[in-house]
Amino acid sequence: MDPILTKYIREPNSYTLDFSVKHGAYEGLKKALAMKPNDVIELVKASGLRGRGGAGFPTGMKWQFVLKDTPLPKYIACNADESEPGTFKDHVLMERNPHSLFEGCLIGSWAIGAKVAYIYIRGEFYHVQQIMEAELAKAYARGYVGKNIMGSDFHCDIVLHRGAGAYEAGEETALIESLEGKRAQPRIKPPFPAVSGLYNCPTAVNNVETLCNLPPIVLNGAEWFAKLGPEKNGGPKLFCVSGHVKKPGVFEASMHTTLRQLIYDYAGGIRDGHQLKAVIPGGSSVPILLPDQLDVAASFDDVVKAGSMLGSAGIIVMDETTCMVWLARNLLYFYKHESCGKCTPCREGSDWLYKILTRIENGEGVMRDIDLLVSVGGNIVGKTLCAFGDAAATPALTTVKHFRQEFEDHIREGRCTLPAEWRATRMTTAHAH
Amino acid sequence: MSFHPLMEYDRAKFQKSARHTVPEGPPFALTPERRAQLDEIVTKYPPDRKRSAVLAALYLVQEQQGYLTANGMRHIAPLLDMTPAEVDDVATYYVMFHKAPVGKYVLQVCRTLSCALNGAERVTEALSEKLGIGIGETDPSGMFTLVEFECLGACDRAPVVMVNNELWHECLRPEDAGQLVDAIKAKGAAVFSGCHLEVER
Ligand SMILES: Cc1cc2nc3c(=O)[nH]c(=O)nc-3n(C[C@H](O)[C@H](O)[C@H](O)COP(=O)(O)O)c2cc1C
Ligand code: SF4
Ligand code: FES
Repeated sequence: MDPILTKYIREPNSYTLDFSVKHGAYEGLKKALAMKPNDVIELVKASGLRGRGGAGFPTGMKWQFVLKDTPLPKYIACNADESEPGTFKDHVLMERNPHSLFEGCLIGSWAIGAKVAYIYIRGEFYHVQQIMEAELAKAYARGYVGKNIMGSDFHCDIVLHRGAGAYEAGEETALIESLEGKRAQPRIKPPFPAVSGLYNCPTAVNNVETLCNLPPIVLNGAEWFAKLGPEKNGGPKLFCVSGHVKKPGVFEASMHTTLRQLIYDYAGGIRDGHQLKAVIPGGSSVPILLPDQLDVAASFDDVVKAGSMLGSAGIIVMDETTCMVWLARNLLYFYKHESCGKCTPCREGSDWLYKILTRIENGEGVMRDIDLLVSVGGNIVGKTLCAFGDAAATPALTTVKHFRQEFEDHIREGRCTLPAEWRATRMTTAHAH
Repeated sequence: MSFHPLMEYDRAKFQKSARHTVPEGPPFALTPERRAQLDEIVTKYPPDRKRSAVLAALYLVQEQQGYLTANGMRHIAPLLDMTPAEVDDVATYYVMFHKAPVGKYVLQVCRTLSCALNGAERVTEALSEKLGIGIGETDPSGMFTLVEFECLGACDRAPVVMVNNELWHECLRPEDAGQLVDAIKAKGAAVFSGCHLEVER
């Protein structure tokens, strides 16, 4: 499949308004503005576009839930928080193709009747935001954003909103809280954002890549889009491959492509002389797949059948030098650090899991610690306010499930049995606490 | 007694509260230029929702005095129709705000999985040795602070270091970490590699 979203990213000026317009930017918007908003929603529904932020929820359906008969303003909140470990696709899109995101925001706003689209961009992407601010100003000046867009009577503003370092701000209701100037802690659902979101008004929260898919859908039609991938998994998809591969990077492919192809053909395979040990296919929050489970299409549905999830399509690859206890501990540090603290199972449980993993990794564990991990993890899953809880328990549960032997070895030998040369020499430097 | 039957109960280890308090600091007021910037940002949100600009306001305070203080937060609270406690509540949640003085260069090494698989732990170790400081500390000259950070969204260029919330340095190999410190001392921020996409451009 030829790239669609990332077609021009290697061109030096791909991010500029002039270049983008020359290559078809805002054509989709023009076409959408000639359609009835409801027909745009129907088109997106027919295309089968599924959210690229992690859950894979159909975008057209989400928009349809946005309350119509209400005097309240409506909003698009674009989720540009991209913080799932192993994920770096929105980064590329925003930096190299920002006008396709602006265009997507405007098409979405037209479809649901929003007058403002807020793009919540993670604070760390300051350099990206600088580029976007400059390009947005140009788009305003040329009448693509703001009042009477492209000569129509449609008015819509786009606002870039900088976050300040919080993984949880990527969860849709936490993102809304953060936009409102509060801690990024989720709300209880229902009501869903489509009914009561930003400022208690109907809001559609959409991922960057999701919105970038809208212009080509409007231009080329629903059927074209659906045919690009397996059934119910249409369209182009960006995959991020990182870890122990030769050529890490972002690759655009259809969801027919298998995980093995992505790792070996696109990312060049495992770094020299090493063997594949395990793969996390969808960002750090999803279960591990083993080398013999990779011949599945990298689609939302097929990866689930294989026992994991496509999530944010952040494929993290580990070779045989990777200690799985260390890996679980590395990720649990992330989760205990990023837990928003609103619910007890997640806040306390992630910290407990981290502490248990630390003592096993340090050689101070006892055999019953392994079952303790499973018990504590099992008491987090499904018992929390947002999906973060499940994500936090997953690294511990999935490593014990597939690599129990390594946990036993650590405990029996009283030390890490696989200390790779790329790891810290002393436990004291890297996250000792 | 413990919440979990198998979890030992130990005040020191398991029940330690990590409450951060922000120092009072010197008297504070935003400079007229920054104040004007803030007034402009506030207009992007509905008139009764000024609070939405609180992260932007905190960035301005931090830009002006290097870190956040109680006086700084007291200054911006009424501008956003908030109480100082509400501002404090927000500020202490987000990791990109410094709640104590930091060095001129805050080296924030990504420690999450993809970076760690590519040697980030060794990078931190090398920087720590070279600077003679631990994680979270500032060196005696006041030039460097060493911090660990979570995934920066550029895992294909691991290990990644973010400097001062704005500058990036990518693909930092452990064996080059010491030299980087010397280079910063000699040439300042110019030595950072930046973001690779930025560089390709
Ligand atoms: C803990 C957590 C973190 C999340 N982080 C992100 C994120 O960084 N970016 C993102 O687009 N979606 C993230 N999501 C998913 C969002 O909640 C939401 O489903 C998504 O933004 C919807 O957009 P989509 O339908 O276009 O995928 C996260 C979800 C959870 C539970
Ligand atoms: S599951 Fe974790 S991150 Fe989500 S609301 Fe509860 S404490 Fe916060
Ligand atoms: S793990 Fe370091 S940037 Fe993602």
